[in-house]
Amino acid sequence: MEDTSMATKLSAPRGPYIAVITNRTTNVVIRGTMLFSVGVFLALVLNLLQVQRNVTLFPPDVLSSVFSSAWWVPPCCGSASALIGLLYPCIDHCLGEPHKLKREWSSVMRCVAVFVGINHASAKVDFANNVQLSLTLAALSIGLWWTFDRSRSGFGLGVGIALLATLVTQLLVYNGVFQYTSPDFLYIRSWLPCIFFAGVITIGNIGRQLALYECKVVQEKIHQD
Amino acid sequence: MTVRERLRQNISAAFYRHGLLCASYPVPIVLFTSASILTCCYPLLKLPLPGTGPVVFTTGVRDYTIPYHEPQGEIGERPEWYRGPPVAYIQQVLVKAAVSPWDNTLVPVDVFRSPIGRVFSLLEEIRNHVYTDSSGVRSLESLCLQVTDLLPGLRRMQTILPEHGCLLVSPGNYWQNQRDLFDLDSDLLKTIHQHEPKGFHISTSLRDLLFGVMKEHTGVSLYSKKRVVTYTITIALSSYDPRFLGSLRARLKQLHPSLNCTLRDDHMVHVHFKEEIGIAELIPLVTTYIILFAYIYFSTRKIDMVKSKWGLALAAVVTVLSSLLMSVGLCTLFGLTPTLNGGEIFPYLVVVIGLENVLVLTKSVVSTPVDLEVKLRIAQGLSNESWSIMKNVATELGIILIGYFTLVPAIQEFCLFAVVGLVSDFFLQMFFFTTVLSIDIRRMELADLNRRLPAEAGMPQPKPGPLRPRETPPPPRQSPHTITLQAPAFRNLRLPKRLRVVYFLARTRLAQRIIMVGTVIWIGILVYTDPAGLRTYLAAQVSEQSPLGESGLPPHLGVAPVFPGGDPTSTLSVLPAPEPTIIPENHSNGHDSLGHITPVSPQISWGPEDEDGWKHLYLRQWPSLFSYYNITLAKRYISILPVIPVTLHLSPQEAIETRHPQDTRHQPPPIPRTPDQQNDLTLYKVAALGLAAGVLLVLLLFCLYRVLCPRNYGQNGVPHGRRRRGDLPCDEYGYSPPVSEISPLLLRGHSMDIECLASDGMLLASCCLAGQIRVWDAQTGDCLTIIPNNGLRRSSSSGGWEHRDGWDPMTMPEPDTLSGADTGACLEGAECDGYPLRRRLTPSRPALFVDQPDLTPLIDTNFSELPPSQKPPKNGFDFGELVDRAYQEHEPSPSLAFTPSPTAPQPRRPSVGDQPVMSPDPCSPGPTDWDSSVWAMELRGNLIAAGRSSGKLELWDAVEGSLRCCNEDGVSGITALAFHNNRIVAARLNGSLDFFTVETNKPLGLLQYRGAPGRGSMPPSPCYRSEDVINCQLTRSVQCAHQKPITVLRAAAGRVVTGSQDHTVRVYRLEDSCCLFTLQGHSGGITSIYIDQTMVLASGGQDGAICLWDVLTGSRVSHVYGHRGDVTSLVCTTSCVISSGLDDLICIWDRSTGIKLYSIQQEVGCGASLGVISESLLVTGGQGCVSFWDLNFGDLLQTVYLGQNSEGQGVRQLLVLENAAIVCDFGSELSLVYVPSVLEKLD
Repeated sequence: MEDTSMATKLSAPRGPYIAVITNRTTNVVIRGTMLFSVGVFLALVLNLLQVQRNVTLFPPDVLSSVFSSAWWVPPCCGSASALIGLLYPCIDHCLGEPHKLKREWSSVMRCVAVFVGINHASAKVDFANNVQLSLTLAALSIGLWWTFDRSRSGFGLGVGIALLATLVTQLLVYNGVFQYTSPDFLYIRSWLPCIFFAGVITIGNIGRQLALYECKVVQEKIHQD
Repeated sequence: MTVRERLRQNISAAFYRHGLLCASYPVPIVLFTSASILTCCYPLLKLPLPGTGPVVFTTGVRDYTIPYHEPQGEIGERPEWYRGPPVAYIQQVLVKAAVSPWDNTLVPVDVFRSPIGRVFSLLEEIRNHVYTDSSGVRSLESLCLQVTDLLPGLRRMQTILPEHGCLLVSPGNYWQNQRDLFDLDSDLLKTIHQHEPKGFHISTSLRDLLFGVMKEHTGVSLYSKKRVVTYTITIALSSYDPRFLGSLRARLKQLHPSLNCTLRDDHMVHVHFKEEIGIAELIPLVTTYIILFAYIYFSTRKIDMVKSKWGLALAAVVTVLSSLLMSVGLCTLFGLTPTLNGGEIFPYLVVVIGLENVLVLTKSVVSTPVDLEVKLRIAQGLSNESWSIMKNVATELGIILIGYFTLVPAIQEFCLFAVVGLVSDFFLQMFFFTTVLSIDIRRMELADLNRRLPAEAGMPQPKPGPLRPRETPPPPRQSPHTITLQAPAFRNLRLPKRLRVVYFLARTRLAQRIIMVGTVIWIGILVYTDPAGLRTYLAAQVSEQSPLGESGLPPHLGVAPVFPGGDPTSTLSVLPAPEPTIIPENHSNGHDSLGHITPVSPQISWGPEDEDGWKHLYLRQWPSLFSYYNITLAKRYISILPVIPVTLHLSPQEAIETRHPQDTRHQPPPIPRTPDQQNDLTLYKVAALGLAAGVLLVLLLFCLYRVLCPRNYGQNGVPHGRRRRGDLPCDEYGYSPPVSEISPLLLRGHSMDIECLASDGMLLASCCLAGQIRVWDAQTGDCLTIIPNNGLRRSSSSGGWEHRDGWDPMTMPEPDTLSGADTGACLEGAECDGYPLRRRLTPSRPALFVDQPDLTPLIDTNFSELPPSQKPPKNGFDFGELVDRAYQEHEPSPSLAFTPSPTAPQPRRPSVGDQPVMSPDPCSPGPTDWDSSVWAMELRGNLIAAGRSSGKLELWDAVEGSLRCCNEDGVSGITALAFHNNRIVAARLNGSLDFFTVETNKPLGLLQYRGAPGRGSMPPSPCYRSEDVINCQLTRSVQCAHQKPITVLRAAAGRVVTGSQDHTVRVYRLEDSCCLFTLQGHSGGITSIYIDQTMVLASGGQDGAICLWDVLTGSRVSHVYGHRGDVTSLVCTTSCVISSGLDDLICIWDRSTGIKLYSIQQEVGCGASLGVISESLLVTGGQGCVSFWDLNFGDLLQTVYLGQNSEGQGVRQLLVLENAAIVCDFGSELSLVYVPSVLEKLD
């Protein structure tokens, strides 16, 4: 979240920044960097949520539990989020149907909070069985999309990327790169696609909001010149 | 009407009524809601406070049974957690041992060596204790808690803590419970100390664990005064066997009886530990909270246009939070106890409930018309959004209801809380927040009124009539009334670098922050790593005393015995010894002085403080002990059995026997009390040092603050800003942009578009296409005088409101349809109304002028031939087109059907003798006069100079509306006028330039007191009184001033500057109308000229070039090209030149260097009019709006929309008055815009 607040600070049209920000390439790079950091941050935190509760009261090495996943997981999540976050406004632009629903940072924050909540639920709440867990998470994810997105393109992209990511995860697990403790859907957990979907929607939301900022700045620049 | 619509209407009506209610009785409703919040939160008091402190429950030992898992019928005072067996039973054997009687031959190590040594025999005893009865043989091995491996991270403790066996800890663990290892240990304290953690530790140390009592109570120290060693042997049992424990207790008591022991042994203490939150769980928790705060921040940031943003944001947060509390309270009231971790689900609950409704409500209320009553505004705002609010609430309830049917207990509970929270949130929104909002809105109204009061008070005479035409702001959904932009950032375009650095430092308070952070870090480092060596100093002090340190400090070994008095430790003791008699003995006896001080034997006493010794330990002792073996105590409990007291009395012989050979090598300190004093003393020193450092630091920070911070920091910086405004071209302190709402004052009355605009600060004269001239009060916007086109009518009224809706058909004939022909009727009407006629100058129309040719068509043709870019930029609009239009409107009027007025009264003051030059009829207008329109107008003093298209120059009294003088020397239309002091310069269409002198002829009696009416005697800004007879004489006419029509005429500083189509600029001296310079340099017609009192002259041409000239020498200072197309307007400030062009670009140039600083691209069709209010505030006219710009940074500060239908009508003329008001034309209306903050600044 520091990243996003930093993002707003950075993007605020201020004097010499204007030239930098209105430069399209620079802007894309900045947005990509922000999205990347958001992705890395979320990956670390959510991974921590997924790590089962350690019974020890004094974990011998706290830092290692933060980075308990393999080193390549956060960068992968970061790159994926940068890609998705840039892709969403792009697709909006291509399809010519700009996203109109509640384009505010507060809404984006709400979306992120709900996303973390979904992760929380998947990690902490005890469900009777996996089907129930997966169905609940799926319903939550759809609810997230309906509340914060409601665009067909968003849904399509979300489903597509979720399926792709699930496939990639399956392949990774199949090749033994890593492993789930209690797989129930081939090699992975069945709630994984729902999480992926919700994550894509969230990152897309952030990406659109950032892109909106660029639009504003560009407009202002035209106005100023 | 469908059900839905009916429902919607009903809801809307209900909300409306509710809004009225809330706004009517704000205080009772706020009180009521507060009371209900408190009532609903009352059950929360029963809930345990969150925290990780353990909870204690005590039961008797005799009838103890393991509690059942299921709660029993009679729960009684049993706590919730007291179910099932505990993790472990803790049996402690509390050992107090002393060597008694104490002997002078003993060394300090003897205080604890032999008592600790006895632990091994006790351990042996406990281990080997066997209880045999009918059910079998029971030993400790079968009952105790078996532990396995230590945690991987605790390898270094492997040798100390037991593994793969009974969890039994005692001080003997330091020596692996082996007596021979203990005997071989030469330095017991070192062994004990080496496992102490370095630095600060808040958790339990190993020493506390093994000794089982606090460090201070162990007595394992060289300087113990009591000489009693206390430690415990702690046994963790997995099952409770009262008989075994009873026999063990009896056995130990029998072996080591404690005579005076009063410890109670009939109570068992159960300690329940709360869940502990590790860092691994803290990070996601913190993340969710950060997201929550970001959400709240971004949400409340949207609250706008209210009196107190912070207040409303607080109210919104309070609404959400108290609804959550109410939800938890209500759920508790109805028997639902929360099982979820409140801290974890709280952010999600807030997010689910959300702040959206509150924001929607605020927005809706704020967007209602401002002029309504507060009550009605609230009611309207509520009812406007009622449907969407209800829909939102229903949707959320539906979603949560769906969640309830997932049948997952956790989610169900969450949903239950959310539902109750939503309902209570709705309740609070409706009652609490709405009321707070109404209070806020009311406050804003009051503040608004207060702000406007001075303006009302400044009115010359309050009218009883209706209010003046104040434009109510349009509803924001159509066009936002004001666009409030962010304050300009600190950007420097021209500041020198060093100033920039200083400003940057001052603005970010960087120095202070760095100092602050540095201080904190420094203190942290000081405390932790101790770079100043305080701790090592202390340690050295201590180790010099202790025998342990001497091995490491051999030089002292040799020194100390030789110079006992010179021992550094004793020199440090400045405190007088309490027993001075001992000191000589100390010196004489040397090192064997110990015995004198403690001749008495140590007493072992058992007090109540021993009973609950476990309480003195850190609360984390037990969790940490168990956590070493990966056993969590979170949400579980342990049972602590009553301690078994053991008293050991050891004889001195035993103590001496158990001595290690090295123990005696270290001599005891000469004065055993000294170390304490030393410690105390050092502590005092450290404290004093710290205090001094703190004071110094505070002083230093204060000085730095005074140096680096502005003096009035925190006091809005107003006086400061005023002080420094002169030398700072930046606005960081001096200028606060006008963020307050600016509402334009619309001056209505003209029936057609306004053509000319003139002002002298006090008065404002405007002329419309219909030829009607109106004079307004520039302060209040009241219409003072109306001068109709034909010059016959004038209306002097105190207020223009009566005429705002146009012309009264009785008193004010429509000038479009009625020309001179209606003069008679008009007069009749005036007479019927009883208007005084005495001041009216009625121009008669002698018949000899009838055959004079009408020049209007010629002029008109001539004018319309001009390309649009050649129009005079002073007026800044398509002159030809307007004239054309006016002409077409005038043409059908029956101008020639006019009959001379039969009742032309004489002028009121026919003092012919005073003015021999002047004819009795000062003006004898020809027939063209009725069709000629005013092309140029100037206002000075209270005289309006109007130049007509017929070439006639008229002077009107602005206050009374009477024609004072008229000059018809020229026949070519006057395109531009300049009125300076008593001179009027008129530029004509044929390129000639006429200089007129206005002479005031006093009435006879007054003439002698005045000097000769010459040019030198005139005051700089004459005020022509109505008694004066004014004469306007053509003093000189420069026939061929320019080859082509003169487009611009400006006069200032005694110079008249003309610009023409012939690419030249000419400078004339005003006094003698002598041409000083002809400035050549433009490659196109001159379109704009700027000259001010400081003799700066700038000209802009059709070629887009801007030239700066030196008026004294006539040389060109700089020449820049900035616009594609004509330069339409030019303004200078002391530091820069601002130009606007046909390409809708506003360029700002540095005046001295001619470098373009920046440019502002405006919307199409804007930018013809410019004005500078102050050094840093530029105002431009746009399409139906005026915009304020910060000149230093080029930021748009504010855009003020002049009316609701702002489209289509551009602001073509813009005048900046001296009181920082802006007058601009807006179609047929004038708009007077006050810039309040600038007013404050200019005072």
